[in-house]
Amino acid sequence: MNKTVLDLWVGLFVIAGVAALLFLALKVGSTSAVSAANSYEVIARFDNIGGLKPRAPIKSAGVVVGRVADIHFDNETFEAAVTLRLDNRYAFPKDTAAAIMTSGLLGEQYIGLEAGGDSLMLKDQDRIFITQSAVVLENLIGRFMYGQAQEGAPQ
Amino acid sequence: MPTTCDWENSVLKRSIENLGNRTLQGVWRIGFAARFFVAVLLHSGTAFRRFGLTIREMYFTGVLSLIIILVSGLFVGMVLGLQGYETLQTYGAEEALGILVALSLVRELGPVVAALLFASRAGSAITAEIGLMKATEQLSAMEMMAVDPIARVVAPRFWAGVISMPLLAALFSAMGIFGGYLVGVQLIGVDEGAFWSQMKSAVDLERDILNGVIKSVVFGVAITTIALFEGYDAPPTAEGVSGATTRTVVTSSLAVLALDFVLTAFMFRGFN
Repeated sequence: MNKTVLDLWVGLFVIAGVAALLFLALKVGSTSAVSAANSYEVIARFDNIGGLKPRAPIKSAGVVVGRVADIHFDNETFEAAVTLRLDNRYAFPKDTAAAIMTSGLLGEQYIGLEAGGDSLMLKDQDRIFITQSAVVLENLIGRFMYGQAQEGAPQ
Repeated sequence: MPTTCDWENSVLKRSIENLGNRTLQGVWRIGFAARFFVAVLLHSGTAFRRFGLTIREMYFTGVLSLIIILVSGLFVGMVLGLQGYETLQTYGAEEALGILVALSLVRELGPVVAALLFASRAGSAITAEIGLMKATEQLSAMEMMAVDPIARVVAPRFWAGVISMPLLAALFSAMGIFGGYLVGVQLIGVDEGAFWSQMKSAVDLERDILNGVIKSVVFGVAITTIALFEGYDAPPTAEGVSGATTRTVVTSSLAVLALDFVLTAFMFRGFN
């Protein structure tokens, strides 16, 4: 076969292949990582994180504003220390509350941020003090059954 | 005692000898294959300095595999669309069809099925070509002319395969997702917006797509190395070349599936 025709075909093949890769990267996938360059980290401590995983979304008013960067157990306070990586575009007041929520009945767990009224904003490596742990189903059932027993008890 | 002289030509002795011989042969071949692989890497300079050679081989391994890759991708995606819908609708989760099609293609089916097709379409051709070159003493003739056959013949084919494989796998996945879209959205009537947006939010660029590309590069290296080695090592007879071609397809298919397990175990355990 003619060399230029052959080159043309290979060129078309490479262009099609790269286009397919771009299609997969842009149309099919999305990156979930918030890059370290334009983000800041705050730390929140929870009594119980339930099933929260690293890379879980952080939402405020339902909009994803960041990702969970790291989770580790603090052996001094016996709490879970969660590092939240938030996008630089979003600033939150210092008294923002963080709660672990579940999307849907069986969905993934995420951190919900509820902005407070402070005039100072959270900075890098700040701590969120108001936190609410994940709802553990067993505790809930236990409390419910305890309540039932109290009600049914003879006075 | 008659047992001692019986031992010399007993079936048991011969089968033990046979077993040892085969084992040694296998170890020797693995060693030779490893040396061959290093030699190809060391002689890769020519493949890039005279890139025309590599482009020529990319035509034979990549462009000519396009039809089978694209058509198979389309049909695999369409089947995934049908089967996925059947199962998902029992849970009322038809909208997740996009996730199912995209994740199974990008993570597993794209790289693996494209690699299996590549092994049988391009790998066998490489082995037959090099085996025949060896049988007709073209390789020895090159050596006589002080042309290194590894640099001139083997290395361009190796790099052509390694470059083509990820592109073919990406085309397979893209075509499969299009097939799933055709069946799911156009034929069955899953909501188009939900199909694409759920897919986009569930498929991660690094965890899913990048790992799929890494897989296909590894498969490309494995398949072309096996194909080139089998051709280079083939006995220079018609029978030898045909046997080597068969071995290429069998060995590289098994290698792809085994490597896929190992890579998947590495890639998808730490997350979640």
